[in-house]
Amino acid sequence: MKFDRSLTAPLVITLILIGAHWSYGMLRGYEAIALAVFSALGTELALRRFFTDQPHRLSSAYISGISIAILVRSPVLWPYAVGAILSVLSKYLLRVNGRHLWNPSNFGICVLLFLAPFAVAPLSVQWGNDLWPMLVIWAVGLNAVWLAKRAHITLAYVASFFLFALVRSLITDSSFLTEAAPITGPMYQLFALFMVTDPKTTVSSRWGAVAVVCLVAFVEMLLRLAEVIYAPFYALFLVGPAALLVERWRTSRARARQEPDARAAPSLSSHQT
Amino acid sequence: MPARPRRVVHVLAIVAFLALLATPLAIRYFSAAAPVGDAALSASAALARHGFSLRERSQAAGIRFTHRPPALDPKLEHIMPAVAGFGAAVSVVDFDRDGWLDLYVTNSAVGSRNALYRNKRDGTFEDVAGRLGVADVNRPATGVSMGAVWGDYDNDGYEDLFLYKWGRPELFHNDEGQGFTFVTERAGLPAWINANTAVWFDFDGDGWLDLFVGGYYPAELDLWNLEHTRIMPESFEYAQNGGRNYLFHNRADGTFEEVGEAMGLTSRRWTLAAATADVNRDGDPDLFVANDFGINELYLNERGRRFREIGRPANVARTPKSGMNASFGDVLNRGEWNLFVTNISEPGVLIHGNDLWVPAQGSGDAPSYRNLAGAMGVELAGFAFGAQFGDLNNDGWVDLFVTNGFISGDTRESYWYDYSLITGGHRNIIADAGNWPAMRGRSLSGHQEDRVWLNDGTGRFHDVTRAVGAANPYDGRAVAFADLWNRGVLDVVVAYQRGPLLVYENTVTPEHHWLAFELTGARSNRSAIGAEVRLYWAGMEQVQQIDGGSGFAAQNQRRVHFGLGAHAGVDSVVVRWPSGVVQTIPSPAVDTLHALAEPQ
Repeated sequence: MKFDRSLTAPLVITLILIGAHWSYGMLRGYEAIALAVFSALGTELALRRFFTDQPHRLSSAYISGISIAILVRSPVLWPYAVGAILSVLSKYLLRVNGRHLWNPSNFGICVLLFLAPFAVAPLSVQWGNDLWPMLVIWAVGLNAVWLAKRAHITLAYVASFFLFALVRSLITDSSFLTEAAPITGPMYQLFALFMVTDPKTTVSSRWGAVAVVCLVAFVEMLLRLAEVIYAPFYALFLVGPAALLVERWRTSRARARQEPDARAAPSLSSHQT
Repeated sequence: MPARPRRVVHVLAIVAFLALLATPLAIRYFSAAAPVGDAALSASAALARHGFSLRERSQAAGIRFTHRPPALDPKLEHIMPAVAGFGAAVSVVDFDRDGWLDLYVTNSAVGSRNALYRNKRDGTFEDVAGRLGVADVNRPATGVSMGAVWGDYDNDGYEDLFLYKWGRPELFHNDEGQGFTFVTERAGLPAWINANTAVWFDFDGDGWLDLFVGGYYPAELDLWNLEHTRIMPESFEYAQNGGRNYLFHNRADGTFEEVGEAMGLTSRRWTLAAATADVNRDGDPDLFVANDFGINELYLNERGRRFREIGRPANVARTPKSGMNASFGDVLNRGEWNLFVTNISEPGVLIHGNDLWVPAQGSGDAPSYRNLAGAMGVELAGFAFGAQFGDLNNDGWVDLFVTNGFISGDTRESYWYDYSLITGGHRNIIADAGNWPAMRGRSLSGHQEDRVWLNDGTGRFHDVTRAVGAANPYDGRAVAFADLWNRGVLDVVVAYQRGPLLVYENTVTPEHHWLAFELTGARSNRSAIGAEVRLYWAGMEQVQQIDGGSGFAAQNQRRVHFGLGAHAGVDSVVVRWPSGVVQTIPSPAVDTLHALAEPQ
């Protein structure tokens, strides 16, 4: 039996979730996890048959639900349902030429942080600020993105983050360690390993994806200089769709150029026929 | 699928999407527009609507006290407001046994003076700390005050003063209300503890008060002469590099022996508050410890021989928060102890939420708790510090006063971004104060109002802060309740960091009755600290206890005060003294303070 690689990310995130909550009690509670996951899965089941003719693949919705459960802290339960449902809805409604624009989890989290700061906060529990959990998460996560052939994106983001942390430290007169500190936390690990690498919301070319993620890090730096606490989420929210739209525009322009040429010169295949 | 149904579903999905986007806005709008009772009211309107009103009258009472914060080693100058953000404390005592309650207030700058406000019985107070020898206690090289608790450790009938500091702990013997004698060295207390809490209780039931002291910074640190800047917590969830906790056993000869580690108190978390109550009803006082940067601890007292930590199985220590307060109270009139712990809640940044722990399985050998703070409406207060339970309107249900706000600086600039930046880092980064960004006068959850939450008796609390006149902009630390003018009501005293001591005179509707008890131990410790008083009336049962220190940096009056609502009679009162003696008082008179002596 062959292992379905699309299940790698859900499995890894689930393992992280279980380990994190068991060892560090990092989640609000099991009811929040269940609400977020089932809200996302229910929305996916309800919409997919109407919007596509493809069979149900629940891994994406599962990741969205569980990401909301991990990355959002709230004393009330409704944000977990609202965030999860919005994540999945955005996937079906905010599309251009059949492709969704935002990473669903990123969309749901940004909407909650922007519209409901009175009720939610981003993840605050940090694996005890220990070295070993951090190394384990990075090792397992990097292996997962390597298998999914997305490691170059994560590595480019991490390198960019450190570079821009250095720039920030020069500008703000803070120490480099201070500016680089967030990347050792779980929020960044999940962001760099599983959010920026989403194949559906990244440009298709290898170097294009690297350029986009460097741009995400750059915008994040600008937001951090403006003391925006949720800088990475907002940076991806702004840059990701813009990059996709640019890619779409360039693709259609190239296609438009090729079509007159194709009409002017009969193809080899038409000759042969 | 046919195109038409698909279009319909598409439209419905768009509508749902827009509705969900609008949901947070609608919730915020309707929350703000809901008819909550926090609009400012006149005193008479507050009295009519909520049964009480508060009037701040510290100036009129002759109390002009402003707390001065510590100024630690210059290496910490860039984050001084954060690392030196404690020290405002208040404790209630009748030090001269004249039947009128007095106040002891701490100051925290080197050279500043603490105050002992003696109640002059005419509505005013006079500061007698200097005359009686308990003012000049923040001298160079001895550290500065963080709080004080009173208890009669030698059972001579007069309550003695234990002053905990970031520095040398100080024990003062009360010389029959005429003065105080410094007895720290004779008592055998350590040379230095960076403590933020202390509680008197008789853990072994021998009739002599013992003392718990909770450490915050490690005792090895002289915060005024640091050799390095690695003094910060190593983690913001599981820090174990704080000060140790101490348990001083009273040898009954004026000396104490430290038995903390031998008794099972071995953690090095950053303790900010502690409180005691007999949570498993076995007759021994148990101990709850609230820790900053980590999980809390609940210690079951095993017959005075050992403390067993059960925080995780009891469900009170599963999620690390920022524990800053510990108060026991009976909020549901079930005759069982509920526990209120304050934590940080900063919208959009860090929402730990307060905890209101309610026994889940009834009391037993292995108590288990559920957090009902959200369900009961007391989860979100702000950067919450001290809190106390007490029946502010004498309606028969204990209410809750929470004081809020950490650092009030520039109202337009917040330090939260920098805080979030550093706290996500590895322990080697955050443990070094040198890596912390400079605060530069910015606020960190400053300018927050206190909360007065009124218990409606149905399991819900309602915010009536503004309505009853308790809104103010200072950075609150300690709250204490006391009937300052012997009127049968609980007045409120609040100590503010870098701010004043506010005294709220409480006016309660005369339609509500009350009952209070002042206990004197005989076989038990003379202060009767730890005695449980159960009131049975109108088909309800409420338990209260004599306080040896609770909340944050605070101690309430040693009396217990019950509101009765409109009921002008009670069935009975049952007192369980710390010695184990049980005393029943059938149908005591209401609207009066009863003096009870322990049966010999």
